[in-house]
Amino acid sequence: MADEVILLDFWPSMFGMRTRIALEEKNVIFDYREQDLWNKNPILLEMNPVHKKIPVLIHNGKPVCESLIQMEYIDEVWPSKTPLLPSDPYQRAHAKFWGDFIDKKVYASARLIWGAKGEEHEAGKKEFIEILKTLESELGDKTYFGGETFGYVDIALIGFYSWFEAYEKFGNFSIEAECLKLIAWAKRCVKRERECF
Amino acid sequence: MAERSESEEVKLLGMWASPFSRRIEIALTLKGVSYEFSEEDITNKSSLLLQLNPVYKMIPVLVHNGKPISESLVILEYIDETWRDNPILPQDPYEKAMARFWAKFVDEQIYVTAMKVVGKIGEERDAVVEATRDLLMFLEKELVGKDFFGGRSLGFVDIVATLVAFWLMRTEEIVGVKVVPVEKFPEIHRWVKNLLGNDVIKKCIPPEDEHLQYIRARSCVLSLGFV
Repeated sequence: MADEVILLDFWPSMFGMRTRIALEEKNVIFDYREQDLWNKNPILLEMNPVHKKIPVLIHNGKPVCESLIQMEYIDEVWPSKTPLLPSDPYQRAHAKFWGDFIDKKVYASARLIWGAKGEEHEAGKKEFIEILKTLESELGDKTYFGGETFGYVDIALIGFYSWFEAYEKFGNFSIEAECLKLIAWAKRCVKRERECF
Repeated sequence: MAERSESEEVKLLGMWASPFSRRIEIALTLKGVSYEFSEEDITNKSSLLLQLNPVYKMIPVLVHNGKPISESLVILEYIDETWRDNPILPQDPYEKAMARFWAKFVDEQIYVTAMKVVGKIGEERDAVVEATRDLLMFLEKELVGKDFFGGRSLGFVDIVATLVAFWLMRTEEIVGVKVVPVEKFPEIHRWVKNLLGNDVIKKCIPPEDEHLQYIRARSCVLSLGFV
């Protein structure tokens, strides 16, 4: 029986981008369905009744919610092509730790850059740069976060890169000036993943 | 014994009253893994903790043959992948995704919302209690027809949700509100009874009297603003 894969998503979402990239990496054919977040479709509310958010991955009628969980699911269901996570348990734990860090930290601080004013905005900017520097330090001199191969942590972070220009405009600062190595990493990823952007 | 080799070294930096630390002890005990427990004073963190978890500087940290792993959900998955006896996560990828979803829900939604009750009184407190109950209703529905979230036996979500059973529900006395009344949440109450019938759970949760004393003292400190 052929797999039916549907993705409920919203085009600028850095979280939806992760799932799109993961599916593309695995050459999985999927039906992309753009969602109107201000007028939510009954299918979105039915498939994600807890959070009512995108992205929602629907595989043969069964919904999987939360983008990092979707990535692990995709990796487990289509294991033979391009592993997203390493096979060694310690390396896997390391990757999941950084994926979780990105989830906990990046969005919240970035939101203060475009969504807040005055002191909160300045604090958000400062924290955002600190978080990126922490990630840059974790990247070190590696090509990708996992080493030589593009994987889970790269996919978890790269969606935010498409928002950098917006953050820079709102924050009146240059991310490249602060995090040269991270921008170089992002450009490597984009070169590799041109179709997804 | 489920150890892989004689020279295996497993150490847990934890804290006796922390639900995040206790869940790791539950998992290790379920798997029959011997470990050395190191009690951390969270008001005066050891240099070892700061070295092993420089990002968050928090317990729990599992150290396996010298290599540290932080973040309790990440640690639980590592334990399940490393010691294969008595699996905690389901084998099926969809069931596994659902287990991960509910565990994340407990930590990021229920825990975060419930914590807001500290220091609140009157209408503000009532609003937090209501919000917590709305979230708990999702767990209530998940338990229908099951002994545990994991089905017939304890699994990943049960271990994570001990936070609800033995922390959230124990604070009811101190907060002065039945956040999880049995008439609204019969399934959750039934599930707590099932948990208490399990020897590993009974062994690994903090002793009730000392725990209540600790929560009382900590609530005062937090309400006064000395976090």
